[in-house]
Amino acid sequence: MPMPLDSYLGVHPQALKLSAQRNELLAANLANADTPNYKARDVDFKSALATANGASKLAMTQTGTPHAQTIALTQNSGTGGDAQTLYRVPLAPSLDGNTVDAQVEQANFAQNAIRYQASLQFLNGKFRSLMTAITGQ
Amino acid sequence: MSSFNIFDIAGSGMSAQTVRLNTTASNLANADSVSTKPEDAYKARHPVFKSVQAALGAQSAGAKVQVAGITQSTAESQARYEPGNPLANADGYVYTSNVNTVEEMVDMISASRSYQNNVEVMNTSKDMMLATLKLGQ
Repeated sequence: MPMPLDSYLGVHPQALKLSAQRNELLAANLANADTPNYKARDVDFKSALATANGASKLAMTQTGTPHAQTIALTQNSGTGGDAQTLYRVPLAPSLDGNTVDAQVEQANFAQNAIRYQASLQFLNGKFRSLMTAITGQ
Repeated sequence: MSSFNIFDIAGSGMSAQTVRLNTTASNLANADSVSTKPEDAYKARHPVFKSVQAALGAQSAGAKVQVAGITQSTAESQARYEPGNPLANADGYVYTSNVNTVEEMVDMISASRSYQNNVEVMNTSKDMMLATLKLGQ
């Protein structure tokens, strides 16, 4: 049985976790901007979030252990190269086989940071209204 | 914890770019060095970057960057007729370094921009983590 708090918080905890993971990928892309033969990677946020939601529900009904969600998420994208971690299609590949476009990565990184902070804001709002309900003030 | 990986990744990028800046500084400083024999002349040095994927199964999606080695340029050292130079050989020639200063300047700009990118990534991640710590307060 899913906990009421989980359904109350909605999609935001998963979105936050996924943003943090995507942030790591984009950071790796930027760090490897000058590495020969490095291929830029990213996740398809929408489908990854859908999978994460489905996986967490499944894990909840199956085991109910608090770690089930985390494992499901990292197994999907942590090992790299499977369904969720995809290689970016380069706009202008360089001669050394590197497909990192620093501008694209920077834009994505900025967007992802905003997304993370938005999820954080939503969660904060949820917690605040919960506190109001509990304290009745 | 996975969020701390970003600091490792961005840090590895910064140290790799520092190595690159170091070689550039060395190349530019020795651009006008001469020697008696062509094989003793200064050869331009360039680092080779390599991405390191964390061990499979570890909770890391991103790859760090490391300096795999330093290569020396194989470009021909130019002979210059300078009979007054104390380093000149019997025929009055000295051999100059094979550093291409224009190339080095471009490399320097590229390295410093990449370094700045990594610093930005680190700063943004730090802000995000600090915001996360304040969640629910």
